[in-house]
Amino acid sequence: MSNAPLTNETVHRVSFLDKASLHIPILRILQADGTTYENAVLPVIDKTLAEKIFDTCVFTRVLDERMLGAQRQGRISFYMTCTGEEASIVGSTAALDKDDVILAQYREHASLRYRGFSTEQFMNQMFSNEKDLGKGRQMPIHYGSRELNYQTISSPLATQIPQATGVAYGMKLQGKRNVAICYFGEGAASEGDFHAGLNMAAVLKAPVIFFCRNNGYAISTPTEEQFAGNGIASRGVGYGMHTIRVDGNDMLAVLAATQQARAHAIEHNAPVLIEAMTYRLGAHSSSDDPSGYRSKEEEAKWQQHDPVKRFKLWMINKGWMQRS
Amino acid sequence: MQEQFGRDRCFNTPLTEQGIAGFANGLASYGMTAVAEIQFADYIFPAFDQIVNESAKFRYRSGNQFDVGGLTFRTPYGGGIAGGHYHSQSPEAYFTQTPGLKVVIPRNPEQAKGLLLAAIRDPNPVIFFEPKRLYRASVGEVPAGDYQIELGKAQVVKQGRDITVLAWGAQMEIVEKACERAEKEGISCEIIDLRTLAPWDVDTVAKSVTKTGRLLINHEAPLTGGFAGEIAATIQQECFLSLESPISRVCGLDTPYPLIHEKEYMPDELKTFEAIKASVAF
Repeated sequence: MSNAPLTNETVHRVSFLDKASLHIPILRILQADGTTYENAVLPVIDKTLAEKIFDTCVFTRVLDERMLGAQRQGRISFYMTCTGEEASIVGSTAALDKDDVILAQYREHASLRYRGFSTEQFMNQMFSNEKDLGKGRQMPIHYGSRELNYQTISSPLATQIPQATGVAYGMKLQGKRNVAICYFGEGAASEGDFHAGLNMAAVLKAPVIFFCRNNGYAISTPTEEQFAGNGIASRGVGYGMHTIRVDGNDMLAVLAATQQARAHAIEHNAPVLIEAMTYRLGAHSSSDDPSGYRSKEEEAKWQQHDPVKRFKLWMINKGWMQRS
Repeated sequence: MQEQFGRDRCFNTPLTEQGIAGFANGLASYGMTAVAEIQFADYIFPAFDQIVNESAKFRYRSGNQFDVGGLTFRTPYGGGIAGGHYHSQSPEAYFTQTPGLKVVIPRNPEQAKGLLLAAIRDPNPVIFFEPKRLYRASVGEVPAGDYQIELGKAQVVKQGRDITVLAWGAQMEIVEKACERAEKEGISCEIIDLRTLAPWDVDTVAKSVTKTGRLLINHEAPLTGGFAGEIAATIQQECFLSLESPISRVCGLDTPYPLIHEKEYMPDELKTFEAIKASVAF
């Protein structure tokens, strides 16, 4: 059997493996000063793509600031920001084809913007008006767009994970050369649906990219209270799929990993797991106050790793943007 | 089936009901026809979230941009096979309370084929409960060609005057036998197979009860919270002035499905017969 355990060594005394047995490096391409590491292999990117990525990040940050303010003023009922995670979200979406289907968790509206969701469409959804594509049936930020291949957000966590496997399997049956990408957080990866979806994708050979935003917190629960293993990436290896851990605040690393994940998924009809190490700079949602569970010092430290600033410095270094 | 349709279309999955349901939701959302099998209805509960929160709400929550209309769940339900509490349950009522799902239960092989084809082609997710004790017990002619039986339509399988006896699935055989006994005592029974529980055919049942003045509902699931309660409430609303006796329910007992007391648990022919007599003599 091709899937038989890969044991080719017999031992004669008890010897356990532990989480350190699995060595998982982290991919970094872009340094804090906007230069790339020596010998770094860059993703495929030109000025047009870089500008689109940057514009999407800036739009999203402004949207998040304005709409969080609108929520505080009582104009909308609820809001969630993706501040601090723009590189993970936009960098991965930028590696996709427009016919690749996105199944997001809820914090990925930057990805929807990248695909062309208009400012008016964002407002229609958040204000639940008659022009909302979702007919005013869901809370703010539960976007969906058939036209943009962005499946409608579902509040229950991780349900999109096995669904992404099913979407990708459908692509395979239809002979499409596309992938499904599934976004989720490290907290959602504790749900049964995560394990079900990854195992089925590996066994049934579905071209899906599982993109974990490991942002440090599931609302208020820190990662050390979420799992004891070697992050989420170790599980991908366990399920028998190609796996990579990347610096989620490094736009070029995320883009490179996702570009190659996509190529692998299509060529081999196989899933890939990407664990992006990042940090949720904002609150979980407008109903959350992080000061109760994390320190200002910790937040300030991560402010130094702002993914948009780092990418901007790289663009300036490339001469693709004026220093401002 | 694998030889006929290929291993890409007909395949085993890893053992994860929530995964099967989630995968099927995704496949159907991409425009495919998906038939997902849960080995026993007793094991459908790990998939409950995917069915109740996802399948049932896919179209609604997206404003009709996405749907899983091509999805059908097949799952064997019910007792009578000495299977105890994990191979005998009838969980249909958990699903009938979820708008967005259709629930279908056939009574014999000929009905099963026509209803299953209709379920697969219906543009909504359907849960198709198969009475497992009939897999080996039931013998019936099945037409070879393609045919469908419309969902949402009950069938009057026998005309009668004095009482309407309503059931579905494997209990149809039981109530038919009970009605034969009653006929010998001069009670004329009208027998209805509900066939689809969600949405259920209120008109056919109400029309019958308006004529007979009495209703007995039989199901295998426990009495409390069972679908008979819903039918009784609706029919007393629709037919109040025509009723000659209280609506009667002959159902499973309010206990985990018992192994050694299976015969006592079941809403069998004799319990049904006694209830028919009591209703007519009220």
